[in-house]
Amino acid sequence: MVENTTIAVTEIATKATEATTESGDKLSIGEAAVTAIFGYSVVFAGLVILMIVLYCTGAYFKSKEAKSKAVPANNAEPVQKAAPAVEQKLAPGSAGHVKLFDVPDKEAAMIMAIVADKMQKPLNELHFISIKEVK
Amino acid sequence: MDVIETLKTLWNDSGFQSFFVDSGWKNLVMIVISCLLLYLGIKKKFEPLLLVGIAFGCLLVNLSYFGEGSSDALYHLDLWDNFLDPDHEDYHSYGAILKHGGLLDILYIGVKAGVYPSLIFMGVGAMTDFGPLISNPKSLLLGAAAQMGVFLAFFGAICLGFTGQEAASIGIIGGADGPTAIFLTTRLAPHLLGAIAIAAYSYMALIPMIQPPIMKALTTEKERQVKMEQSRTVSKTEKIIFPIIVAMFVILLLPSTAPLVGCLMLGNLWRECGVTERLSDTVQNALMNIVTVFLGISVGATTAATRFLSLETIKIVGLGLAAFCFSTIGGLLVGKLMYKLSGGKINPLIGSAGVSAVPMAARVSQMEGQKANPKNFLLMHAMGPNVAGVIGSAIAAGFLLAVFK
Repeated sequence: MVENTTIAVTEIATKATEATTESGDKLSIGEAAVTAIFGYSVVFAGLVILMIVLYCTGAYFKSKEAKSKAVPANNAEPVQKAAPAVEQKLAPGSAGHVKLFDVPDKEAAMIMAIVADKMQKPLNELHFISIKEVK
Repeated sequence: MDVIETLKTLWNDSGFQSFFVDSGWKNLVMIVISCLLLYLGIKKKFEPLLLVGIAFGCLLVNLSYFGEGSSDALYHLDLWDNFLDPDHEDYHSYGAILKHGGLLDILYIGVKAGVYPSLIFMGVGAMTDFGPLISNPKSLLLGAAAQMGVFLAFFGAICLGFTGQEAASIGIIGGADGPTAIFLTTRLAPHLLGAIAIAAYSYMALIPMIQPPIMKALTTEKERQVKMEQSRTVSKTEKIIFPIIVAMFVILLLPSTAPLVGCLMLGNLWRECGVTERLSDTVQNALMNIVTVFLGISVGATTAATRFLSLETIKIVGLGLAAFCFSTIGGLLVGKLMYKLSGGKINPLIGSAGVSAVPMAARVSQMEGQKANPKNFLLMHAMGPNVAGVIGSAIAAGFLLAVFK
């Protein structure tokens, strides 16, 4: 289906080419306006179709992720009970763990980098105790 | 040995003498302009990685090329004019360039053949995380909207008397994407390359000054304060599939985008697939730096005084600025529309990041958002439209190339 759409768009582009180059290198203002509007529409159409494709693949992966989460959740409890709590080892040069409250890892890393940059201090010389989202 | 005669010969051979013959004074003006560009690149840090090379290329060509017959020149405009003239025996003859050309002529072959811009795109792809775009595909609408400046500047250029091919090359400045602008211009209007490349890179460096007043004028304080929700996490598989899908789809849609989009997506695939770290690292660093060296200096070489100092250049500079402004406006207007349709959940400031200029435009959205609300972190949200803009400007360039080549 995508291929059919692309062939149609290419045909329209070819017609526009003929229309715009018939009069030589110089275009009339009317032809230029048509080319500009058509070009902007092609960019929009291309990216809208790409957006739909991304939504479809996103939906597929979300459903797949939800299924894979549901399966181990059923078996998770006995495993958790059986396994003793193992304390995570610190990375070399690390200043310890940071407690995160409603803040994803990526954002926390970004915040720490910004703070280090503003303070003009290397990140490994700073000790972050916790990062909490203020709602 | 006749000392006086020898001194006369030396004087006649020297470049100093050429400044006082015919339009040699124009070279002096270009030397001053190249020093100004060097100042902007070094002192003001205007896209220094490229602008310093471009400025020095400009200096070198204007020190050595004073019109036809400059046998020791590093770059020969006349050779490239013959290369493009269908009636000339050297038409499309790289052999003639290699035989008669100077160092910069030979380096320029990479620009002319579209090799450098594509390799730069490969590096950009390897450095870009498309995660924010994949997690929020609506960003693509903002990337599309922000191409408005491309087509308005194209229209404006036609009104000012440029040909269709020249207008298309000028318009693409509004895509805020240097490699794309160079790629398209070398194919459609190579005689304008110097002016267009300098305008594109200068305005990209000036984004923190150009965009904020427009952003403030088009958005309300309430809109700028909107705090956006965290996007979903994107899986590794999605990130691997993304460049393959985009390459297939965009290249099928507009085959003329294949060099740019193909290289962009290949670079990104190397980054995301997890088994080609060495290649990803090389493309991001070593290759990118090497190509930047060649691209900067050879683009600068196209600014020979005889071609660059004209009314056309001033028009290009003006149209380029208009293109940037209208692209920002296009992104912001669709951002505002999305704000309304989402019930105030989308901050319209991320729309201005739809002009490519990665990551500068996204940083400007972040800064303006934080000025309105210090708890606002728009950077990752703005990165979506920002990388969508790269794809959007490649599609716009592909369309213009398909129509005017």
